[in-house]
Amino acid sequence: MSTPTLTRQVFDIMDLNLWYGDHHALKNINFPINKKEVTAIIGPSGCGKSTFIKTLNLMINMVPKVKMTGEINFNEKNILDEKIDLVELRKNVGMVFQKGNPFPQSIYDNVAYGPRVHGITKKKHLDELVIKALMDVALWEEVKDRLTAPALGLSGGQQQRLCIARALATKPDVLLMDEPTSALDPISTLKIEELILELKEKYTIVIVTHNMQQASRVSDKTAFFLMGELIELDSTSTIFSNPKDSRTEGYITGRFG
Amino acid sequence: MSTRANFDNNLKELKELLLEMAHKSEQAIKYAMIALLNQDMKMAKKVIEGDNEIDDLEDAINNKALLLIARESPVATDLRKISVALKVSSEVERLADIAVNIAKSAEHIGNEKHFKEIIDIPKMMELALEMVSESITAYYSEDIELAKKCANKDDAVDKMFGDLVHELLSFIPQNPNATNQIIQLAFVCRFIERIADHSTNIAENVVYLVTGKRINLNA
Repeated sequence: MSTPTLTRQVFDIMDLNLWYGDHHALKNINFPINKKEVTAIIGPSGCGKSTFIKTLNLMINMVPKVKMTGEINFNEKNILDEKIDLVELRKNVGMVFQKGNPFPQSIYDNVAYGPRVHGITKKKHLDELVIKALMDVALWEEVKDRLTAPALGLSGGQQQRLCIARALATKPDVLLMDEPTSALDPISTLKIEELILELKEKYTIVIVTHNMQQASRVSDKTAFFLMGELIELDSTSTIFSNPKDSRTEGYITGRFG
Repeated sequence: MSTRANFDNNLKELKELLLEMAHKSEQAIKYAMIALLNQDMKMAKKVIEGDNEIDDLEDAINNKALLLIARESPVATDLRKISVALKVSSEVERLADIAVNIAKSAEHIGNEKHFKEIIDIPKMMELALEMVSESITAYYSEDIELAKKCANKDDAVDKMFGDLVHELLSFIPQNPNATNQIIQLAFVCRFIERIADHSTNIAENVVYLVTGKRINLNA
């Protein structure tokens, strides 16, 4: 595995261990994440992939009895250091979940939520941010005439893109996506995948997916986790054509897991 | 139960189809050679007519391979197995075409008495057939060492080809009436040399199948 130079990395995870009580859920993870790349995380259920992605913006801290050791360096600063500002961290490291979870508010207010929390109140400035975020997720044309309509009235695929827009409105560096298309139909899924490919021009994306073809279609790097260990991290082309570890091969070809 | 038992069975069937095709092609080469040496026109005809059956097998392999790609989304070794089956089937189809070419040469010579006893061409053919057999066995058993052993023989076949053609052409001035026969025999040497090349290609595909690396075994 080649180690990229520091300047290309947005995250550099070193010797990360995580326990849920007595359960050792992540074991000695060393994982550099490059800027403006899409990194896919694959592995069977319970392998630690969702746990891992939730460490990157410390959402994991909301789970009781979690203990971590090691370093999660984000822009060369270890976020496991107690002095970290969580609000600032989550502004910079946005997250999108399995199912679109818009707030029961208007489309506009959903996207404006983050910027407002961060103190932006001027309507003109908010308008700019909302329009830009909705354009970035290719939702603007579909909703521009009904920005005050309830977000929950949108289709599943639109809701998911709205949630991505909501995450983008705070201008993050990194977008974490935890199975973002598992609840969507195939066409909405492909729209999100196209969106991921466009977003990587500006953002670093880490995506957890059970859909192996999705990982192979959208990502630059793929990481295979198994029982809390990072088994293999390499370019997606290598992982899906000639992986080095037989366990990776077994998983991606559907022979176990 | 294996998680992909049905897919595994289909991959096995693909391999078996290819082995059947390879076996028929190998037989066709042997029969073509017998036709040439024994001046057996019936046998030559049989080889030429039998080629359709081999072409049909190639079609069946191509169709099955494409269907597996479309329906099973293969990756890594699975994908290599299918892509190599496609490539090897194309090499094997060329082997069968060569059998037809040799049979046609036998027909061109017909019952015209051989201008001299044919001794070296069967020797060259024996070596080329060894390569065919080894490359197919290497494919079947995914044996890289056997694949390399096969490819190593290609230089010897090339040398025999050069020497034999040179020798054959040197007979023309003394045997002007046998020019057609000599030219046909020189063609046969060329066909045998191609058999060795196709076997080497199959051997290279075996290395790719097992390692995922493309290497030139005949550098």
